[in-house]
Amino acid sequence: MSTVNLSEITKQFGNVTAVKGLDLVIKEGEFFTFLGPSGCGKTTTLRMIAGFYFPTKGKVKFNERDMTSVSPEKRNTGMVFQNYALFPHMTVFENVAFGLKVRKINKTEVKRRVEDVLKKVRLEQFIDRQVSQLSGGQQQRVALARALVIEPDILLLDEPLSNLDARLRDEMRTEILRLQREYGITTIYVTHDQVEALTMSDRIAVFNLGECQQVGTPTEIYNKPVNDFVAEFIGETNLLPVEREKQEGEIFTFSSKDLEQTVHVAHTELNIADYNDTDDLYMSIRPEAVEISETPIQAENVFSGTVTLVQFTGESVHTFVKINESVTIKTTALNRGPSTYFKEGTQVYAYLPENHIRVIPEAKGDK
Amino acid sequence: MLNAEKRKTILLLIPVVLILVGYVLYPSIATIVESFKQKGVFSMENYNDFFGEKSAANFEALWNSVYISLLSVFFSALIGIPLAYIFNRYDFPGRQFFSNIAIMPIVLPSLVGVMAFMFLYGEAGLVPNAIKDLFNLSEVPFSIGGISGILLVHAYTMYPYFYMTTSSALNNIDPSLEEAAYNLGSSKFKVFWKVTFPLLTPGLVAASLLVFMVSMASFSAPFLLAGGFRVLSLQIYFSKINGDLEMAATQSVILSVVSISFLLFMRWYQSRKDYRMASKGIGAHRSEVNNPVLKGVMVTLGIVAMIVLLLPHATLLILSLVPEGAWTWQTYPTAFSLENFRLLFEDPNIWDPVRNSLIMTCLACIGVFIFGIITSYALVKRSFIGKNLLDILVMIPWALPATVVGMNLILAFNKPSPFSFGQILVGTFWILPLAYFVRFIPLVVRSTTAVLEQMDDSLEEAAQNLGAKWFYTFRRVVIPIIMPGVLSGTLLAFVQAVGEFPTSVLLYTLSNRPISIEIMNQLRMFNMGQAAAYGMIQVGLIAIVMFIAYRFFGVKSENTL
Repeated sequence: MSTVNLSEITKQFGNVTAVKGLDLVIKEGEFFTFLGPSGCGKTTTLRMIAGFYFPTKGKVKFNERDMTSVSPEKRNTGMVFQNYALFPHMTVFENVAFGLKVRKINKTEVKRRVEDVLKKVRLEQFIDRQVSQLSGGQQQRVALARALVIEPDILLLDEPLSNLDARLRDEMRTEILRLQREYGITTIYVTHDQVEALTMSDRIAVFNLGECQQVGTPTEIYNKPVNDFVAEFIGETNLLPVEREKQEGEIFTFSSKDLEQTVHVAHTELNIADYNDTDDLYMSIRPEAVEISETPIQAENVFSGTVTLVQFTGESVHTFVKINESVTIKTTALNRGPSTYFKEGTQVYAYLPENHIRVIPEAKGDK
Repeated sequence: MLNAEKRKTILLLIPVVLILVGYVLYPSIATIVESFKQKGVFSMENYNDFFGEKSAANFEALWNSVYISLLSVFFSALIGIPLAYIFNRYDFPGRQFFSNIAIMPIVLPSLVGVMAFMFLYGEAGLVPNAIKDLFNLSEVPFSIGGISGILLVHAYTMYPYFYMTTSSALNNIDPSLEEAAYNLGSSKFKVFWKVTFPLLTPGLVAASLLVFMVSMASFSAPFLLAGGFRVLSLQIYFSKINGDLEMAATQSVILSVVSISFLLFMRWYQSRKDYRMASKGIGAHRSEVNNPVLKGVMVTLGIVAMIVLLLPHATLLILSLVPEGAWTWQTYPTAFSLENFRLLFEDPNIWDPVRNSLIMTCLACIGVFIFGIITSYALVKRSFIGKNLLDILVMIPWALPATVVGMNLILAFNKPSPFSFGQILVGTFWILPLAYFVRFIPLVVRSTTAVLEQMDDSLEEAAQNLGAKWFYTFRRVVIPIIMPGVLSGTLLAFVQAVGEFPTSVLLYTLSNRPISIEIMNQLRMFNMGQAAAYGMIQVGLIAIVMFIAYRFFGVKSENTL
């Protein structure tokens, strides 16, 4: 087991900078996720940890050991690839045993350890199958077993679930988490799927355009995004550009050119993110925080509008309320039966509670 | 920064580059240099002579080569395309069997094929004479020779290129495309011309150019059938035999220029048009023929085609049983025995060529096998400056006609050179295996490259990540995965090397003469039986190797072609 310490990592491919000045410390035994859209540098970073790329600048350390230019085969990391990268000419046993054979472990020990790990991933009955005869989920588990059996210091998972169908993905999420807890291995997980990131991780690093935007626990990332990119990328949100107006005790007021009324926001760390005076600001409110009602609500931040669209997803109902030509607010409520659904065209009042709004600066970097 | 990866790339590239420069580039340059020399002095005289009035024969040969090639394309297409359409779009009894027979011409080495045609349809051939006797004619009704003979042989041996490209294109067309056209109200005729045919064109153009190049390079057919008719590949041979190496070099350069410009045109065309199917998972769809008359016609057609296609093979088999002296002036052979095959094991003079062929072919195959693996790996999985250049260098022997490859080697190694370790190679045993090796590099590299490109980089990375060093990964992961591609390329190289005639005839010596040369000698002595027996041995060797490859390595012969 190891900590991973990335300091000032920069990686350039020709003129393109894939990762810019990244600083990260991943703790021992932690399930750490790199989350971001495609091309954000998350996979590049993972591959620098695995040793397939060498950083242009900066240092990679495992514990206190400098691994920056150590070749991949000497790093003792276990990687699960997006396409699994199972050796097609080998059986399940041979695939899993590969890393052990390389380590010149004797045959009986290899057999014992392979059987052991296959039991853990529940594939013991497939030990002699050719990998091409396995289903996607089974192949995935062989790939996991192959990475785990060498007892790696760090487990690296590169979008391992992206090739599976939705139901299998749910199942494998739990499976991976169970194995990670069982082995207690420091794990780095790359994904663009926010649900995976939120449900599995101890901590998440959100990437965009080669830079790490925010590092935090899933609740921090969701509830206290540091900028508009993070707020928008993780979960759904309503974003509106705002300007600071004035402070009245514990309440700040903000105005928006798209709204006639001002918006009141509680002055707490949860509701107002750090920003500089030069930053453009946004207010963000999650759809599930917005309350709507047909009768007027006596509070600040109440906007009247028309229901334009009602989407039924089963567990919840999305209601889109059009405030004016340029602002439509999305709201979400749990499904409480047909009587609670709004009809399209209804006049309603939308209440944005002042302790649920978050004011955030615009993400830096070239857009 | 010279890191470990770069060092490996360089180590891999050193042998590849050395071999390509030494045995492909240097000989080609030697030929070009030679073509600008007259009596050892630099001059343009040779080119003046070629195009000038002094030797109209050369220019005529060039013209003949081009128009024979054009006609070959036409006739091959005429046979290959309809055959492919019928076999792939209609279902009738025996369809599968007939379509397997349809690629049989490919297993006949070119010289052997030409020989069989001579026996069948030549002046003294079995078919014209049988007709003559049957109808009591005073003369044979027809016989092939000269241009008609060459064309017939070309059509027979080259239509499979059209047949195979059309078949694979037809099978790749998503049936829903045609169904969409019908659904939109097109008639059958319109669907064919507006949808099916345009989708076939890229394949057809590729096949046309391939046939064109192959017939430009064709040597065996003109060699045996041309009579006084001149073609360029043959002119090179005559110039060389007459000792005019400078003219032979000039002719080689001109023939190469024509061939390579067609190759470049082909590459350009292929890059320009890309009708890849957008949809996946295509099922074959054949309409069943229900009309009994039509069914009968098709089956008959299939049977007739099968007889025509297999007649050369059968003739070869029968004639190989004719002992020496039993078919000289007679219309038909008079006796049959296994004499020719018995002699093979008893008379060392007759066994020698077989042994030579086997040894030299195996040497060349081992060479291309190893070289192919390393070169393809470097080309596909490594990045370095000058990759395109290396790629071109690898493909040069494929673009060059065999005769030119032979001439290149003669002109490069008839004097000591660093690449032959200061030896003169011409006139030694080693020049022929070297020629085969050079000729068939592209075959192995191409088929290996195709498989390697399918192999995801992550496989190597996974092995590395699990702690395997580069060489271990290469040995245990890369090589097993690409083996089918390497083997099918090597198999094809073997098949062609066993029957290789043009380079053999330019480079052989008495002590290393291969089977093809001995066939030529036996023909000259009118010992048809022994010649046919040698032909059968070539066919047999090819069949055995194909069978072994299929049985033990799962390499299908069709895939290699």
